[in-house]
Amino acid sequence: MTYIRPAFRHPDLPRNDLGFTRKDYEGAISTLCAGCGHDSISAAIVQACFELSIAPHKVAKLSGIGCSSKTPTYFLGNSHGFNSVHGRMPSVATGANLANRDLIYVGVSGDGDTASIGMGQFTHAVRRNLNMMYVVENNGCYGLTKGQDSATADIGSASKKGEPNHFEPIDLASVALQLGATFVARSFSGDREQLVPLIKAAISHRGFAFIDVISPCVTFNNNPKSTKGYEHVRDHLAATGTVDYVPFKQEISTQYEQGKSKEVTLHDGSVVHLHKADPELDLNSRRSALRLIKDYKAKDQILTGLLFMDEKSQDLHEILGTSKTPLRDLGAAELCPGQKVLDKLNESLR
Amino acid sequence: MKRIEAVNDFVIKFANVNGTGSASANNMFAKSLFRMGLPISPKNIFPSNIQGLPTWYEVRVNEKGYLGRRGGVDMMVCMNPQSMAKDIQEVEAGGYFFYDSSKPLDLRMMRSDIHFIGVPLKDLCQREYSDARQQQLFRNIIYVGALSALLDIEFDVLTGLVSDQFRGKEKLITSNVRALEIGYHYAAEHYQCPLGIRVERRDAVGDQILIDGNTAASLGAIYGGATVAAWYPITPSTSVVDGFDKYCKRLRIDPGSGSKNYAIVQAEDELAAIGMVIGASWNGARAFTATSGPGISLMSEFLGLAYFAEIPTVLIDVQRAGPSTGMPTRTQQSDVLACAYASHGDTKHVLLFPATPRECFEMTAEAFDLAETLQTPVIMLTDLDLGMNDTMSPPLVWDDKREYQRGKVFNEEQLEAMSERFGRYLDVDGDGIPYRTYPGTHPTKGAFFTRGTSRDEYAVYTEDGEAYEKNMQRLLKKWDTAKNLVPMPEIIEAKKGGANVGVIHFGTSRDATLEAVDALATEGIVVDTLRIRGFPFHKSVDAFIEQHDTVFVIDQNRDAQMRTLLVNECLVSPRDLISILNYNGTPISARKIHDEIIAVLRGDNVRPLHKKKMAKESV
Repeated sequence: MTYIRPAFRHPDLPRNDLGFTRKDYEGAISTLCAGCGHDSISAAIVQACFELSIAPHKVAKLSGIGCSSKTPTYFLGNSHGFNSVHGRMPSVATGANLANRDLIYVGVSGDGDTASIGMGQFTHAVRRNLNMMYVVENNGCYGLTKGQDSATADIGSASKKGEPNHFEPIDLASVALQLGATFVARSFSGDREQLVPLIKAAISHRGFAFIDVISPCVTFNNNPKSTKGYEHVRDHLAATGTVDYVPFKQEISTQYEQGKSKEVTLHDGSVVHLHKADPELDLNSRRSALRLIKDYKAKDQILTGLLFMDEKSQDLHEILGTSKTPLRDLGAAELCPGQKVLDKLNESLR
Repeated sequence: MKRIEAVNDFVIKFANVNGTGSASANNMFAKSLFRMGLPISPKNIFPSNIQGLPTWYEVRVNEKGYLGRRGGVDMMVCMNPQSMAKDIQEVEAGGYFFYDSSKPLDLRMMRSDIHFIGVPLKDLCQREYSDARQQQLFRNIIYVGALSALLDIEFDVLTGLVSDQFRGKEKLITSNVRALEIGYHYAAEHYQCPLGIRVERRDAVGDQILIDGNTAASLGAIYGGATVAAWYPITPSTSVVDGFDKYCKRLRIDPGSGSKNYAIVQAEDELAAIGMVIGASWNGARAFTATSGPGISLMSEFLGLAYFAEIPTVLIDVQRAGPSTGMPTRTQQSDVLACAYASHGDTKHVLLFPATPRECFEMTAEAFDLAETLQTPVIMLTDLDLGMNDTMSPPLVWDDKREYQRGKVFNEEQLEAMSERFGRYLDVDGDGIPYRTYPGTHPTKGAFFTRGTSRDEYAVYTEDGEAYEKNMQRLLKKWDTAKNLVPMPEIIEAKKGGANVGVIHFGTSRDATLEAVDALATEGIVVDTLRIRGFPFHKSVDAFIEQHDTVFVIDQNRDAQMRTLLVNECLVSPRDLISILNYNGTPISARKIHDEIIAVLRGDNVRPLHKKKMAKESV
């Protein structure tokens, strides 16, 4: 692995609508283990932001603590990043979002960071429908402390040490569905074709967009007895269908077969197409998504893809009724009522 | 029998059952004295409960303007049979005991050295009102009416208050005034009015207002430009955010769109509350939270992050009696050390200590300037006594020319013009305070990674020991800069050149301390005082300790936390500072301070009087 990235840029590199090349969305060189699933997710985020033509500095990336939470260093180098404390990224993201509703918020967390120490904050960020994309890089173990089981590890799944897990796993996608997340998807770090359009849709979605990405830990949880290793996941994948993301500006020319596809228009005018593999999936029904997750799990399969969307939901700002101008841009003229008002107030307190 | 005789100088205490509507009647009583131009200091002494337990309301009237707790009760208004036995015992000899005489008093409780004043409140109510709820509510108003006759309160002032309170609701005004009259007439007919203690109109309040510290702090947050409040409910801080909510609804709604120029989030716990404040502040908004001791414990990890990553954070700690859940509805100053050094590793935080509602207002607003200037947490330490009791205060003042001090923040133009690399943690100006940028400012310049891990001057992760030390040293330099930015101590010298004895106090010990010092002066003991208003300590604090042979430190906690902080930060010997402590959950009284100082100065105490002599001896 090389630690020096050449500064040279080929003049013919493709540029997006804003004139940025893919390189403008990259970050520092990853220091994660070679082959780590997390690096593929970082690459997918870079690709999605490039293709969406987002100005890199208009994204704020936030994380907690752990291997997954290190990754914001490795993408979007021109964005502000915040590596907060363990399990507390949701609250920091909530505050950041309240201060400036105009930025795009990308939260990256892990299964330990979200399903254990940060379970409380995660659930409440979901409830508030905070406008952000929340990605869990889910490997079923604590990588940075050398491979302890996490709360998403399946019963019987064994890490490198060989001890099988005895405790009921927490399925974060199901939790998110139950608590009112307005966009829920699951994917696999090794499936970039599926992951990139999901990330693009999640970023365009207004409200809490959750993606649970199975992301194998090559060092501590990639053995044959692990249910979150590359081999197991590849052999047990099932998809809700293929997902296309069509930006607002692009004309839709293809017609999809009725009943087998679902078209959803997001608030910014872009469109998500899901070519359904399972006709039973109703993209606007939480019950349908929850049932299918269970059904596939019973068949020892991991259902990936877009699971649920509520494109008409109100995000936290809309619920609170805050000003359209970002709160951080308001000055004393809007904020400070002045002495005259105090005079009246003083008078009422005598 | 002795009879306490006093005009405009007494303590009256109301014993009630919580949840019976007594609070508004008691407030009316207190406010009537205030409107007669008399300084008052009402204190709620209440349980952590919503209905059915004993609650007390103590009002001190003092025309000289002493507002601290005096100690002792001259008149008890007892409306609670549960607490009656104890309440009778509490009255000073020659004092007065007011009770509901609808039922005869238990003879075993009688005392021969106090005056019993019975008014058959229950019978009067039953005669007048058929509805049970009305019987209970008006019973409270009837005793206020009776007190009006007994203490010579101007009846017009009371009816004026009723009219103000129920403006536009004529029916309620009439019925409340009727209740006041019932009480007044009964007392006037059956007792020689007024009693030995009574009030007389004075002009001793001037333009002062009656407001609780939490409400004043919430107004400070509005005037200080806070737009984000994140909190978790906890007594006694809840009314800070309640006040912010109430006044924002009046003062912060955009007139055109009707949208809110603020956001309030009730968080899932205190960890999330402070996390939201840090996230919002990082992103350029002024944000704050309010909590009490248990919340401070939970927020500590995040406070360490904000200190180390240098993110402005404003926190209002309304202290209550700890440790653990402690006495949630009783007052103390026991979070001083927990706040000063909150979080693991080498951390220290800027603290502010208000003593009056006006200071709660000013210091809250100032906290935002300080936090953004210094890029660090600023914790305002108030307490239940100041936060939840109506307190007489000079009116709130705001200079309309004042501008918010937003600190060192590069904007887009500055970044564009910059040829060198932006260093988030670079000490450009030599004051230890680096420059920051808000997310989303410039397409290619000024982005950085905020983290709780160690990093170099350019915010790049490093475990290099030298870089780590350099950064920690810069934080110390910033700490030195802070010493001259936090509010200066208030020093009162008893005579020119200073006295030999000094008293250091802070926060709500102020009123009792100044009264005790006045009392000592009448006995020929002159004492200088220094009131700490901010931490880190200004150099004048060191000088004050150095200049006085005997220095007392008044703390409302068991472990003399402010004394410990002084010993730690001012490099003075522990033996140089004599503690006066009060930690029973009620505010410290002037009597206690006076008596303890006298005891030490007379040599009743084994502690050394003259520190310099001692120091010499030990050499």
